[in-house]
Amino acid sequence: MHISIQTPLSLETANSLRAGDTVLLSGEIYTARDAAHARLVELIHRGEPLPFPIQDAVLYYVGPTPAKPGQIIGSAGPTTSARMDVYTPYLIAQGLRGMLGKGRRSPAVVEAMKTHGAVYFGAIGGAAALLSKCIVKSEIVCYEDLGAEAIRRLTVRDFPATVVIDTQGNNLFELGVQAYLDSVK
Amino acid sequence: MKEIAASLVTETIRDMCIQANVILPEDVAASISVCHAQEPWPTAKETLEELLENMEIARQEDLPLCQDTGAASVFLELGQDVHITGGNLYEAIHEGVRQGYDAGYLRKSIVADPLRRKNTGDNTPAMIHVDIVSGENLTITLAPKGAGSENMSRLGLLTPSAGRGGVVDFVLETVRLAGPNPCPPIVVGIGIGGNFDLVATLAKKALLRPLDQPNSDPYYQELEAELLEQINALGIGPQGFGGRSTALEVNIETYPTHIAALPVAVNINCHVARRMTVTL
Ligand code: SF4
Repeated sequence: MHISIQTPLSLETANSLRAGDTVLLSGEIYTARDAAHARLVELIHRGEPLPFPIQDAVLYYVGPTPAKPGQIIGSAGPTTSARMDVYTPYLIAQGLRGMLGKGRRSPAVVEAMKTHGAVYFGAIGGAAALLSKCIVKSEIVCYEDLGAEAIRRLTVRDFPATVVIDTQGNNLFELGVQAYLDSVK
Repeated sequence: MKEIAASLVTETIRDMCIQANVILPEDVAASISVCHAQEPWPTAKETLEELLENMEIARQEDLPLCQDTGAASVFLELGQDVHITGGNLYEAIHEGVRQGYDAGYLRKSIVADPLRRKNTGDNTPAMIHVDIVSGENLTITLAPKGAGSENMSRLGLLTPSAGRGGVVDFVLETVRLAGPNPCPPIVVGIGIGGNFDLVATLAKKALLRPLDQPNSDPYYQELEAELLEQINALGIGPQGFGGRSTALEVNIETYPTHIAALPVAVNINCHVARRMTVTL
């Protein structure tokens, strides 16, 4: 029932996913929130290299709680993706293949996803303790000065997510709500 | 007259910050369980199950329920016969937040200036409201609240002709606009009346009322029930993936208002509706 997916995420795999599919992600993913996005897009505008390989990468919108001694990472659930919308099309144009967050995306992001073949996954907002159990390794890549907003490379194992918007632009926020409403008519 | 040491306020707030971010109030946990039991849509039921599981893991392993451990909203009911000794009351609260967010390994999510945005590094200052009441008790309510749901809240200055129907429409429009963003199932706190500034505080205070305690006025109790039913007919569902459980509860607080005014505020909270109250 759950589709197991390995990162980096190939275009072929991305194209095979449909809104509503539930997946288990394994492999390396990168974290970035608002402040990190602003810096990444500034690098793109200046024509400078990004601090991690963006081709086929999956970005997780998260700012975890601090890890206690002996912990890999603190609680780590998704933040609202819409705050990243102004930056996201630039990253997708560079090869970003997947995004993991919660909440809606703008029409400009969906257009870029359709043009370049990218997938938007939803993780369960507020299930941060549960989701942290799927993170087996965490290291800071850069922007340590941003604290919780630093870019981290996470190794995840069977991280549960749902395909919210697929590479064709199908959107679970519309399809799922409609399907439920039809079922109770 | 009762003396309460500022240091006791600090200690109390510190412990509350740590506990409130890990364990939900019983009424909230019970409400999520009820939603789970009543949810007819399979994917929604699965999501609610994962929320219950998250609560269990947080409690067992002493982990914050959500990574957004919020701004520390602090509401005081300060008895007029209380004398705070050994320090400034506001400072004592900020110090409690500082210590709690450090000792509890909670996320520091406050920037010192809204436009220049440098993190204060210790989650201070707290957002403090004080009501002076009779007696010699100090009742402290701490409600850590994330920005995901706060950002979806709205305030409308309706006029009297809009009436009850206008309020219902405004609330439903707010929930629809919020959609999946505030991590549904949500709790909807509504303020009606007062003025521009008071109505927002009413909405936040509505979120402090336990979910199993309806408004004491039958008129508003009925409005709460009607709104809950209409919100759960929108189909948004947990995480916005469709389903019945869009809201856990609707709480309304009201206040007299001007003959020409009908202010309404909707403060949305997520299912991680953290809240803790201690009386000193
Ligand atoms: S809205 Fe609530 S559950 Fe969602 S991320 Fe924010 S604090 Fe956590």
